[in-house]
Amino acid sequence: MAAHHLAQVNIATLRAPLDGPELAGFVAQLEPINALADQHPGFVWRLQTEDGDATAIRPFDDDRVMVNLSVWASLAALRAFVYATRHLEVMRHRRAWFQRMPDPYMALWWVPAGTIPTVAEAKDRLELLARHGPTAGAFTFRAPFPEPADATR
Amino acid sequence: MDTTPPDRDLAAIGLLQDPVRRALYGHVAGAGGEVSRNQAAEAVGVQRGLAAFHLDKLVEAGLLEASFRRLGERRGPGAGRPAKLYRRAAGEVAASLPPRSYETAAHLLAEAVEQAGADLELQAAARRSGVEAGRREAASPVERLLAARGYEPYEQGGVVRLRNCPFANLAGEYPVLVCAMNLSLIEGLLEGIGEPAGRAEMDPALGRCCVAVRPPSKDNDN
Repeated sequence: MAAHHLAQVNIATLRAPLDGPELAGFVAQLEPINALADQHPGFVWRLQTEDGDATAIRPFDDDRVMVNLSVWASLAALRAFVYATRHLEVMRHRRAWFQRMPDPYMALWWVPAGTIPTVAEAKDRLELLARHGPTAGAFTFRAPFPEPADATR
Repeated sequence: MDTTPPDRDLAAIGLLQDPVRRALYGHVAGAGGEVSRNQAAEAVGVQRGLAAFHLDKLVEAGLLEASFRRLGERRGPGAGRPAKLYRRAAGEVAASLPPRSYETAAHLLAEAVEQAGADLELQAAARRSGVEAGRREAASPVERLLAARGYEPYEQGGVVRLRNCPFANLAGEYPVLVCAMNLSLIEGLLEGIGEPAGRAEMDPALGRCCVAVRPPSKDNDN
């Protein structure tokens, strides 16, 4: 097993309440897309409440901001899920559902395999990326950093 | 400053002037995977040795990539030499005279659209452009329209899939933006020729275009 897994966070600001007609398309896709993620090769973990998704978690002052936090076996696995499955079809509608976020709205970083990031840590990673640009501590698909060398061996 | 296209690109394009090479390149590119010397020779109707010579020229020029693999079931001694297999190279070859760099402009425009969050405006523009183009060729089947735009359509179980993404580099950098634009463009083409736009759908997979066109049915008119 790899010594590290890839953590990803992204945040999105709702354009309208989750239970309104504007977001109905998004809400309808939550369950199938989460199920697709859960079964996707390389999926490790995702943040969720007892509802089965993370839509109730609003960790920012602006409570329209939702957070998506997950862990994957590799960058390639995450990339394949995000851009080469039906997930892409859902992302196509992102502007109808979410406001454009000031950069960065997404961050990636490596975690020791078997550990799970917290929401507070995810917020720190976004801040790190905003402050310093892509570094080993917080990076993006476009400027990825390799998995750290295994220090335990 | 020398602004002619790089020698390598010119040489690669020049190679395709030879009809046998062009036919071999077309066969390998259209096969969508690896092709052996025998298969290519047979498809084009030339001798194996001649096909091998030209295929290797195309590899040298960077238009094809070669690999070696045993084709049969047998392993170990007696399995024979591995076959040399050819596939289309991932890299792009382009030459423009006078020099043009639309790709640079496209990346800048895509970055600006992304920053502005103008996905929906881009999708609307793509849809309009597709409709207009479709109307100009309203008598054509959608496969022909897609082929003429470089998508390299092929059929798979009644579904038209697209082997080539005409926007590959841009889509790699801005997948959500560009794949959505692409879908809107193809929806527009369908609408323009009087087909249901709903026949086009996002069905991405690694190594092919993100859009597929379903066979006509009652369920997909929108």
